[in-house]
Amino acid sequence: MTAVDVHAIDGKLLPPDARFDVVVVGAGAAGTAAAIAAAAEGATVLLVDENPVRGDLIGTDVPLFYGGRMTAAVQQPARMIEQIVASNPALETAIEAGVDVRLGTAAWGLYVNGPAMRALPAPMLGIADAERATMIGFDRLVLATGARDLVLGFTGWDRPGVMGAQGFAALLTRYDALASRRVLIAGSGALALETALLALAHGIAVLGIVEVAEAVQGPSALAERVGAAGVPLFLGHTIVAADGGIDGVDRVTLAAVANKRQVEVYCDTLLLAIGAIPATELLEAAGVAPGETITRVGDCASVVRPDPAYLQAWSAAVGRHAPPETIVCQCEAVARADLIGVQPPRYLDRPVAMAARSLSSLLNDGPAHPDQIKRLTRAGMGVCQGRRCREQVACLLAEQQGVPLDRVPVATVRTPVRPVPLGVLADWQESAAMTAGWDVWFGIPTQWTPYAIIGTPEEAEHVSGLGGTMHV
Amino acid sequence: MSEADTPRGASVVVIGAGVTGLSAAWWLARSGIDVVVLDKGIVGWEASGRNGGGASHYQSPLFAEEQRLWPQMDDLLGYPTEYVRERIIIQRDPALLDHYRAVGRMCSAMGYRVDDLDSRQAQAAVPLTDETCLGGIHLRFGGHANPQRTVQAYAWALQDLGGRILQHCPALAIATAGGRVVAVETPRGRIACDALVVAAGPQSGMLLAPLKIDLPVAAARAEMIVTEPAPMMAIGGVDGNGLYGRQTLRGNLAFGGGPHEWIATAPDGPADRPVSPLARNLARRVAEMFPKAARLNVIRSWAGIVENTPDGRPILDRLRDPGNVTVATMSGVGFGLSPASGHAIRDLVVDGVCSFADIAKLGLARFATLEPDWRERRGWAA
Ligand SMILES: Cc1cc2nc3c(=O)[nH]c(=O)nc-3n(C[C@H](O)[C@H](O)[C@H](O)COP(=O)(O)OP(=O)(O)OC[C@H]3O[C@@H](n4cnc5c(N)ncnc54)[C@H](O)[C@@H]3O)c2cc1C
Repeated sequence: MTAVDVHAIDGKLLPPDARFDVVVVGAGAAGTAAAIAAAAEGATVLLVDENPVRGDLIGTDVPLFYGGRMTAAVQQPARMIEQIVASNPALETAIEAGVDVRLGTAAWGLYVNGPAMRALPAPMLGIADAERATMIGFDRLVLATGARDLVLGFTGWDRPGVMGAQGFAALLTRYDALASRRVLIAGSGALALETALLALAHGIAVLGIVEVAEAVQGPSALAERVGAAGVPLFLGHTIVAADGGIDGVDRVTLAAVANKRQVEVYCDTLLLAIGAIPATELLEAAGVAPGETITRVGDCASVVRPDPAYLQAWSAAVGRHAPPETIVCQCEAVARADLIGVQPPRYLDRPVAMAARSLSSLLNDGPAHPDQIKRLTRAGMGVCQGRRCREQVACLLAEQQGVPLDRVPVATVRTPVRPVPLGVLADWQESAAMTAGWDVWFGIPTQWTPYAIIGTPEEAEHVSGLGGTMHV
Repeated sequence: MSEADTPRGASVVVIGAGVTGLSAAWWLARSGIDVVVLDKGIVGWEASGRNGGGASHYQSPLFAEEQRLWPQMDDLLGYPTEYVRERIIIQRDPALLDHYRAVGRMCSAMGYRVDDLDSRQAQAAVPLTDETCLGGIHLRFGGHANPQRTVQAYAWALQDLGGRILQHCPALAIATAGGRVVAVETPRGRIACDALVVAAGPQSGMLLAPLKIDLPVAAARAEMIVTEPAPMMAIGGVDGNGLYGRQTLRGNLAFGGGPHEWIATAPDGPADRPVSPLARNLARRVAEMFPKAARLNVIRSWAGIVENTPDGRPILDRLRDPGNVTVATMSGVGFGLSPASGHAIRDLVVDGVCSFADIAKLGLARFATLEPDWRERRGWAA
């Protein structure tokens, strides 16, 4: 005898609201080209891009580390849309080719069936603009989501003016809404050197390149061009602090790795260009590997994480100058000492017993997972969804365990991979089966029978009278 | 401790470092018993670290003990659990409001005070709602805690008493001799014991099957969402509108509810714990329940795997054969009751009987005549 559990999810999730042969996420050069190519082959194509990003998200460094160096223009969506179209002429071509182009639309969730989920009627991508979320079906999904910033924390990194190379490029070239004039760049790999050249090309002064290693990391051809522009090199140096006032950073203190001798650089922006991380959050959150139906193009396929040893060298060098109260997680105000001590957040009392607990005592119990640290300290639990601290926490964990960074898992990425307001994410047109079969918990009537009446005549009455909706 | 060495045995081995196993071990250690907890992963990695934190389960014979213990847990454990008393359940659907009013009367009759709230009172008590709220009930009992902090608090408290936890050390098999369990096989070797507690959640049935013990459980996936922090409400344990959940002490709104998915389980646990677009149905209900929070961002969703018994009630039992095995599944409602379930398990292990409540009706014997196709009969097959 086979029955149906009306409270199970089977048959309740609706098929996608719309379907395209090809869905492309990210309307940068690679994504736009992929969309145009697919349309040329006769496919129905949707191209979504989250830019212009909502002003409030830019303020919390989602999806890039904008570091508070945007002009007020980012608060004007109409002006931003114009600017984005102007900055990428291929978008016009895509529209002419019949591509359905949606700007200001973020892809926040990828859903694919697997061993522990069979309930989806089809693979689908959740997208949302400022008003509503929509589920999109696809035959092929192309991720052209670019790269995100890699951030390390030091004194003052939470001041306006400390930003990532990706955030810098977005504000400068996509938005034309960058407030920086005098920048100092951390890192000397290709990303850092290209960022320096980009800044120079836009008339922004580059006051130096800071590199923990004793040699420039990037290709010599790029290094020569940067050198020719007279950009000073601070090799064998690390960041001590970014200081400033109400307008954010006005100077950055560096220290020589070898002898801790300090120098000050007067700049309005410190650009973190130590490395970038491919923006594959959609795949990570869904636990899906790219394959035939889901592919990656552009930076999200080609950017490689920085060499673990190099990143660890940076993290350790920065860490040597970071006092215990240095913030690691901005959203949740978790300090370095809190993290290393696995201490609870400040709104909780710290009982005496907590003093004996630390990351190293936790590590005695076996290799730690950043998610466990996140649960205990709240580092990574905030509205930026761990973007600003995920790599820092992994570095600190590796350091504390004395293991290479690539042995430490990174904190789990969860859907929605962009913050989406409740009222926008909400499905206001759910299936009738969803509404009808909804129960607070499993809808098992006998689960809630008061113990005393189990096995008494009253039991049946209770079960039929109150049913399964009994969660308190 | 060197990884190569086989860990030393213990008087009691507990399989599963969820709240049930950890609380049991903590209670055993409080009685001076040498105890070791094995987990295939990290403490609280499964349901115990992924749940709604609700602690108001009037139906359970363990509830009075739970109510006695929760307010003391921070002190007893020595670590914060974020336990907060009381709950409010609000509704915007007249039928559901009536339903919960009836639940309230029933709880009151059981001696747990519940006050009715009309719409104005509910709006005053729950500032994030508005006039669409028809009213609710205010439970002057129960409460909620932070599951992840609570799990770690049990674990640390256990260690402070000399108990041991072996993470990343799955129980692969249970070894018997002379009608008794003598050891647990693990990748790190054979860990000897005088008594065994099986609290391995959905995997408990599989572990016991080779001993010819049928512990009927079916596993399912359940999902939750959480928002960025909202202004703090005086009572954070607010739910309703088809949801369970709480406002965390940081202000986040964490809620679950709605359909689950029955899934197949493997001995080594779930490969992953995927989420579905159910997040959107949850978001809708949270936005309806708290219209003033509708602009808050949802920042995560997640899923946990829980097991249910055929009647949805726990199985807490000291087996007759082998006589030194205690089995514990809380059937999908085990976080809030954990201070008391651990006490009951301790009693079963040490004394063979629960000292503070009659739990005889939670014995495994009630399923002696269970149909082999009980899952299919309920539509619970994966
Ligand atoms: C989304 C969700 C919301 C919930 N909300 C609530 C709520 O509000 N209130 C409430 O009271 N309950 C709630 N629950 C239920 C509650 O979480 C569980 O009942 C409770 O956590 C069960 O604890 P446990 O220790 O028995 O099992 P688990 O937490 O499942 O722990 C079992 C442990 O055993 C380990 N294990 C398994 N196999 C082996 C092996 N072979 N060897 C070694 N270790 C092994 C696992 O790794 C796991 O750590 C919810 C559950 C979910 C998923």
